[in-house]
Amino acid sequence: MSDTTRSEHPTQLIDRVVIRFAGDSGDGMQLAGDRFTTSSALLGNDLATFPDFPAEIRAPAGTLAGVSAFQVHISDHDISTPGDAPNVLVAMNPAALKANVGILQPGATIIVNVDAFEERNLHKAGYEADPLADGSLSAFTVYEVPMTSITTEVSKDAGVKPRDAERSKNFFALGLISWLYTRPLEATAAWIEERYAGKTLVMEANLRALKAGFHFGETAELFESSYEVRPAELAPGEYVNITGNTATAWGLIAASTRSSLPLFLGTYPITPASDILHELSKHKEFGVRTFQAEDEIAGIGAALGASFGGALGVTTTSGPGVDLKSEMIGLAINLELPLLIIDVQRGGPSTGLPTKTEQADLLHAMYGRHGEAPLPIVAARTPSHCFEATLEAVRLAVKYRTPVILLSDGYLANGTEPWRLPDVADLPVIDPGFATGPNHVDADGHDEFWPYLRDEDTLARPWAPPGLAGLEHRIGGLEKQDGTGNVNYDGANHEHMTRLRAAKIAGIADDIPPTDVDDAAGDAEILVIGWGSTYGAIAAGVQRTRARGHKVAQAHLMHLNPFPADLGDVLARYRKVLVPEVNLGQLSRLLRAEYLVDVVSFTQVKGIPFRAASMEAAILELLNADGVGPVPGDPLVGAPTPDQPANGKVSH
Amino acid sequence: MTDLAQAPIDGGDGTPVPVPLTTRKDWSSDQEVRWCPGCGDYSILAAVQMLMPELGVSRERTVFLSGIGCAARFPYYMNTYGLHSIHGRAPAIATGLATTRPDLDVWVVTGDGDSLSIGGNHLIHALRRNVNITILLFNNQIYGLTKGQYSPTSEVAKVTKSTPFGSLEQPFNPLSLALGAEAGFVARTHDMDRKHMMETFRRAHQHRGASFVEIYQNCNVFNDGAFEAITGKEHRSDMLIPLVHGEPIRFGAEGEHGVVMRSDGSLDVVDVAEVGEAALLVHDEHRDNPGLAFQLSRLSRGPYEPTPVGIFRDVDRPEYGAEMARQVERVIERKGPGDLGALLRSGSSWTVE
Repeated sequence: MSDTTRSEHPTQLIDRVVIRFAGDSGDGMQLAGDRFTTSSALLGNDLATFPDFPAEIRAPAGTLAGVSAFQVHISDHDISTPGDAPNVLVAMNPAALKANVGILQPGATIIVNVDAFEERNLHKAGYEADPLADGSLSAFTVYEVPMTSITTEVSKDAGVKPRDAERSKNFFALGLISWLYTRPLEATAAWIEERYAGKTLVMEANLRALKAGFHFGETAELFESSYEVRPAELAPGEYVNITGNTATAWGLIAASTRSSLPLFLGTYPITPASDILHELSKHKEFGVRTFQAEDEIAGIGAALGASFGGALGVTTTSGPGVDLKSEMIGLAINLELPLLIIDVQRGGPSTGLPTKTEQADLLHAMYGRHGEAPLPIVAARTPSHCFEATLEAVRLAVKYRTPVILLSDGYLANGTEPWRLPDVADLPVIDPGFATGPNHVDADGHDEFWPYLRDEDTLARPWAPPGLAGLEHRIGGLEKQDGTGNVNYDGANHEHMTRLRAAKIAGIADDIPPTDVDDAAGDAEILVIGWGSTYGAIAAGVQRTRARGHKVAQAHLMHLNPFPADLGDVLARYRKVLVPEVNLGQLSRLLRAEYLVDVVSFTQVKGIPFRAASMEAAILELLNADGVGPVPGDPLVGAPTPDQPANGKVSH
Repeated sequence: MTDLAQAPIDGGDGTPVPVPLTTRKDWSSDQEVRWCPGCGDYSILAAVQMLMPELGVSRERTVFLSGIGCAARFPYYMNTYGLHSIHGRAPAIATGLATTRPDLDVWVVTGDGDSLSIGGNHLIHALRRNVNITILLFNNQIYGLTKGQYSPTSEVAKVTKSTPFGSLEQPFNPLSLALGAEAGFVARTHDMDRKHMMETFRRAHQHRGASFVEIYQNCNVFNDGAFEAITGKEHRSDMLIPLVHGEPIRFGAEGEHGVVMRSDGSLDVVDVAEVGEAALLVHDEHRDNPGLAFQLSRLSRGPYEPTPVGIFRDVDRPEYGAEMARQVERVIERKGPGDLGALLRSGSSWTVE
């Protein structure tokens, strides 16, 4: 694309930028953001993204309810969050401006599609006066760009109807931002050509809009300069930009490959878990069987049936779907068969916030079944970490013959980050260890098979899928006699079995790594400990407080049941323990109950991830309350007063 | 991939060996059968255990699955692989098993509460998908395990523990339901006729895809005699209408009754002497359109009128597990077997030196 080479326009180097594309649900903002992200990834930037969209597929056009946004943070250094406040907001209409202007810091740049700022749209967005004219945006640098009219104009002679041409305006916005941040267009142009191969007019309109946006930046002389974000110093290797849901799906395929167990996914479509089904259904070349069941219960039921038959049975769900699966999880615990339940958490209760993130299913995963029904819980911390967490969850399920709950969430599911690809040969091998023959001799000296005769070390029972003569056996949801597996209602046996099942899960603590603590000097007095997708925000908050000279340690839990064996000792090493969570304090409750440590809970449930700034403020507040006070040279600027946390709630 | 379907049944060289001859005893587990004395379930269990040696199948490739209810204890008594699961969900569990293990014979044993009430959704979808399973539905028109509440097949005005003034609900007709759910094999038998049960089960097992068999089963404790008016020895010839493929539909000690189709398309029971043999409806199990089978399923309003038994429908449809396997094979043919390293690099990747 020689016509988009750069002129002598001045370019400024910057270390990072946060851009937010916002428009109507039908405006293609997710697509624009995603393509910008891909171009940046190919340039070698570190990045993190945050798609933020409504539950309605197409809310009424032009309304606040219909605003869809995609935030991307690109950087020349290691970053862990999609950024707090955008440096640049692209607003395709008044509603997109109104919905997002509140999160901007003074001095931010706003680029609006001025064509959409007419009376009807202003009214629909609830503006009484035109914000572009009434001075209300004076704290920002505002660029008014006629995106719709230029997009329509450039496709006029291509035979595209104006109404259709207008739909390409997201590519105009992408072209403009690509110019502003010196991203080449080649990758996106190639993508458009492939994606719209069968629809020549659409392809042409999109390509023209993309280039027109780029040329506009170059020639309109609105912008003083463009900017460049250099590649980040990432560890050598091959990278892809990956979402949590894709990493989960690939983790399942990897687990199937590394265990030689055929993969069976039984599931029911639900936001935001469905993309795992979509991704897996594309990869039948791995022998993957995907089953879209009649309901959530049938999804997990079929997965359990597949496990009984010797496959890797998996179910995926979100929100209310996990409630529906509870009874089948209890059966799997009693049957002691491997099964993976992937819960991509979203805001609840009930239908709640289908497209918004939350981490409020931890206690449900722990306790959401009748009877004493423990199971291992594994949580992913970043989008790419979903791959590793999935493999680990499968390892535990297979080795201990137990259902395992893997917790992801809406933020991880749709967010992206660069992932350094592992060497396949380095991935763990998972041994199904199927039973191969009788394991017991009866009183008459005959070989027989006892389905509940346990491995002394792991307490796991044999996995004997149908097919081998001499191993025929019957299992079920009724209490069983230890060893033989025969139905047994005896109280003493029930107590024995209940304690055995608990001991089996508790014993996993010796089979997982110790707590991952980041406290290199070992002299920190405060520990910030979290789980799941708060990892990035906690890391950023801890780094900021360290930059102020404070000594703060960070730990992040991948295993939530059982906890790492050393966790109690780790917690005891610190004078204060802060537990940030996107719920009302569920991990805090578990830590207090388990270790009698009076942790400080820091929570928010706004459907969005924590911001680094609020994490920093919460840590500073705790330092303050702890009497640590400012370190020399740090006036604790920006630290909130205890009764006014910047965002989220601290409860002691 | 580990393919359990290829697991050695012969000492490991991969060539199948003839299934050893077995007897009923070989198919009986060592567990004491614990249904109430006199329960119809005993005769169904006996029929199945006696049939198995005749089917030429092996115990290790046979699985009995069940949900909850009296009938659901069935797997414990079969010396095969077995899974006694949770209420109503056996067809769902069976779907996962049968689609991943096409080498297995999967039987689902269920009752009128288990699969027509709590598990209704799974039943109709297993039938619609045509999963390769054989469903035996023990219909006793009552909840037995919970000690006597009305069920979805209980007649209107049924007085039970939970309906002391009579139930208000219209019952399901299980065969109509199965036919409406696109079942390819639909049959009815009863617990008083072992030979008829064995023959019906044999045909159900033979059918590739989902087979649905309703078994009128007497609960002698909570609903004794529910089917006595049609299955009692002295009533059978006049009250049971045997369906025989290719034969005129007729019954009675001398074959004196028969079924005709009226000019408005409805079915009626008539005396053969009045209409002549040629006017009788000829039964066709393999008719593609389920309409006539549906009408036959509704010929009797309840077990107090002449009631057809036997195979209502036996039609081949694509079987779900086989189709799923074929799709996997086709994709492998087209794309080659999956390569994990290539998958991970299938997006836009870049290299940092």
